[in-house]
Amino acid sequence: MDSLLPLAVAIPLLGAAGISALTPLFGNRRRVLDAVAILTAAAVTGLLVTIMLSTADGQRVYWFAGFTPSHGVALGIDFAVDQLNSGLAALTATLVTAALMFSWRYFERVASYYHALMLVFLAGMVGFCLTGDVFNLFVWFELMGVAAYALTAYRPEERGPIQGALNFAITNSVGAYFSLSGIGLIYGRTGALNMAQIGQAITGHRPDGLVVVAFVLILMGLLTKASIVPFHFWLADAHAVAPTPVCVLFSGVMVELGLYGIARVYWSMFGAGLGHQGAITAVLLALGTATAVVGALFCFRQRHLKRLLAFSTINHAGLFLIGIALLTPLGLTGAAVYVIGHGLVKAALFLCVGIVLHRLRSVNETTLHGRGRRLPVTGVVFGLAALALADLPPFALYLGAGWIGQSGDARELPWITAVIVTTSVLVGAAVLRVAGGVFYGLGDPPSEEPAMAEEASEESSETDTAKSRTPLSMIVPPIALVALALAVGLLPHLGELAQDGAVRFQDQAAYNATVLAGAHIAHPTALLGPEDTSVTTTDVVTGVGTAVASLVLALMALYWRRLPVLRRGFEPGTGLVGPIRRFQSGVVNDYVTWMVVGLACIGGALAFAIR
Amino acid sequence: MTPSQRRWVFLVAGGGFLAFYLWGLVGLPGFGHYPGPYGDIINAIAVSQTHATAVVSAVNFEYRAFDTLGEEFILFTAATGVATVLRHLREERDTSAMDEAMNRDVPATSDAIRMVTLAFIGPTIVVGWYLTSHAQTSPSGGFQGGIVLATAFVLVYLAGQFIVFKRLSPVALTDAIEAIGAGSFAAVGIAALALGAAYLSNILPLGSTPGAVNSAGTIPLISFFVGIEVSAAFILIIGELLEQTLIVREGNR
Amino acid sequence: MSIFPFIVVAWVLAVGLYGIITSRHLVHQIVCLIVVQSSTYILLLGVGYRTGAVAPYFYDIPPNTPAVDPVVQALALTDVVVEAAVTALLLAFAVQAHKRFGTLDPEELRQLQG
Repeated sequence: MDSLLPLAVAIPLLGAAGISALTPLFGNRRRVLDAVAILTAAAVTGLLVTIMLSTADGQRVYWFAGFTPSHGVALGIDFAVDQLNSGLAALTATLVTAALMFSWRYFERVASYYHALMLVFLAGMVGFCLTGDVFNLFVWFELMGVAAYALTAYRPEERGPIQGALNFAITNSVGAYFSLSGIGLIYGRTGALNMAQIGQAITGHRPDGLVVVAFVLILMGLLTKASIVPFHFWLADAHAVAPTPVCVLFSGVMVELGLYGIARVYWSMFGAGLGHQGAITAVLLALGTATAVVGALFCFRQRHLKRLLAFSTINHAGLFLIGIALLTPLGLTGAAVYVIGHGLVKAALFLCVGIVLHRLRSVNETTLHGRGRRLPVTGVVFGLAALALADLPPFALYLGAGWIGQSGDARELPWITAVIVTTSVLVGAAVLRVAGGVFYGLGDPPSEEPAMAEEASEESSETDTAKSRTPLSMIVPPIALVALALAVGLLPHLGELAQDGAVRFQDQAAYNATVLAGAHIAHPTALLGPEDTSVTTTDVVTGVGTAVASLVLALMALYWRRLPVLRRGFEPGTGLVGPIRRFQSGVVNDYVTWMVVGLACIGGALAFAIR
Repeated sequence: MTPSQRRWVFLVAGGGFLAFYLWGLVGLPGFGHYPGPYGDIINAIAVSQTHATAVVSAVNFEYRAFDTLGEEFILFTAATGVATVLRHLREERDTSAMDEAMNRDVPATSDAIRMVTLAFIGPTIVVGWYLTSHAQTSPSGGFQGGIVLATAFVLVYLAGQFIVFKRLSPVALTDAIEAIGAGSFAAVGIAALALGAAYLSNILPLGSTPGAVNSAGTIPLISFFVGIEVSAAFILIIGELLEQTLIVREGNR
Repeated sequence: MSIFPFIVVAWVLAVGLYGIITSRHLVHQIVCLIVVQSSTYILLLGVGYRTGAVAPYFYDIPPNTPAVDPVVQALALTDVVVEAAVTALLLAFAVQAHKRFGTLDPEELRQLQG
């Protein structure tokens, strides 16, 4: 059983190497490569689901090369697998499988490089999820980074992909080196790289400068990957230009992996030693709220479909961070369920945009207005996914949003629900506006933004000449993903299962005992006491309310020029164009400047609180 | 932001960052006082446990071999990425650098340079092979050896033989060799699983004498595959980048 | 003086960041990124150093001789390979940027905005 754990990384790596090695033989028979890649990803998905189901009764730990720790000192590298991280890895593999299936007909002339890069990307993300060693975390972080940079620049004949890849690679590399500096610092103190061992070594001492600085520095790379304001600038650039099936992975899981990393590093290493939960909650809540608001505002203003979805991802990343920041079992439960629902739905939305791009050769909302009526099935899937994104029950997202809000209420932070609902309404309205305008021709086309139109027009070269109908291999994956999001939302006892996982994730003592002493702990203890996860009427009403409000706002945006009031010379969101273009300048020097500013602010705040 | 705004913002924020980072660095035990325990335990047990006298190699290829596996694939991915980004695009047409400088003669490589570089190729390969195959005994291993082996190919280019260089290392073949190196490393781990041991366990006999070339089990084997991977990756990367300077491809500006 | 090498670590990191932020040439910017990463080499090798200890190679010295930490040296080696890989990829991007934009000034790359 346990020997399945290394295979989850080894199989995609071997698949990638195999595809590259066989290219000289099979170079002309692309379908062979396609099939190998899809089968590999599907096998990894099955493997990870099996692993996830096997973690219900306790954490599983796997020591590479068989070096089990002696006297609490780890000699090798371990995989420490629980419900949450194996679930996230399974989501990753699912989305990679869906993206590869979608690519079957999407690129007609694709080189074998694409398949190899996608499989390496998968291996990097799975390794990142499962590892229990902080330097190993950095290695997988870099592996998924390098694969993602290369995939972003997959169309080097265009300007956009090159600039997007440069901005992505430089900001994320700077973040990664901050993280590595933090790892070096904490190693200098503890002489350990295993997360559990580091946690044990710093627990019980007063947290001093070194611990605080190491924590903040390690967070830097993860915050950058998670696109938290002010480290988020790369995301919209990379999403706007990466091939659409790759965007599925960027938005659906890669960003969420950054947030997972924050949770992992906090609860497996620093939580007990750092103390000062109040200060950490405050800092993370501030970051999460800023991210949610910025993402929602920028999202509403966008006309470029991929950028619009990218900013929606930024908004959701902020909401997930709020869930984590509460440091409660229910908050983490909410974030976990939210991540799964969002990953499936956002992936479906991106795949629908891919179909639009393939068939209608544009991603510009203005010029596409009404033209999507030719794609009725895609329109239905996109509309359903948009409603799900706006927290419509019974898709899984409303549960996540509701639990985060409930946990906020329990900690006397009732404004959290308000932040979740308002920003979700804005984002939901933006996506529903696209659904109504593009696929059903409702209302008027939004006014043209010349610069954005120029950028959006470049996209048409991404995919090859379209056929007269959408291939099945392109429409089935989004339908399956939306259905899956529905199924997760209807899963009985989802809340209890997820909260079990969250409680185990947060029990640092149990984690230490399992990893370092090989203990088997069937019932972890909750830090703050698990809360009620039954689905309440309030959850359902809030979810329905959010979806209805989004729909109303979307219709208002579509019919704005025909509304009897307030219409002369004013269009919602026009005031935002200036600031958006000033901040989202496309110049990587600016982005790195903002990262240093963010680091100084976070560091300063925690230094004054914990000193 | 304008450049000068950026500079001012950085001077303030960067100053804050510097102070913050120094606050952490002063908490270290002081230069020259490594506290352990990780490295000390490894130093104490590695030679008898793995029969490798080069403890850094024991860490790289055995205790933390899983890190090295990931790192190999980072290099593999980067080389694949370079090949992807610089691949021959359909709307590009090749013109040789000679056409660009119409009225100038391209100076031929002098015989002296050609002699010296060609004379160095043999010894370079020997040194590269020596380094790759002695990971278990001395400061060397697949990374160092792989890089040196790649330079042997670069010497062919320096001798003025870019065409020969490209013929010796066509992209698809180099990429395949690189993939075989990286994939074999992953497969060594699978072999251990098949024998019922943990992934990447040292499943081969360790040999009787620590420090002998035929000792330390899988360490020299992994080092060998790493050497293949590293040399092929760098030949691919260098070749692709050189090609960009030697063959001018007209893109759509 | 035992803090001095670590001051160098912070200084190299800050200098590299300053370079990235003020750079007007992509290749220069990429080299500045290498400078940032160099600071991590100094840090890693610095924290594993032990005054008077030998290198962790026991080919011709007795196995119990006090040696410096071999782990950070292995980590630094990994780090170097990561740097080489990322740099190669970034330079390939820079080559293409020069072809598409006709410039290597990051300020002049203005395809993506807003």
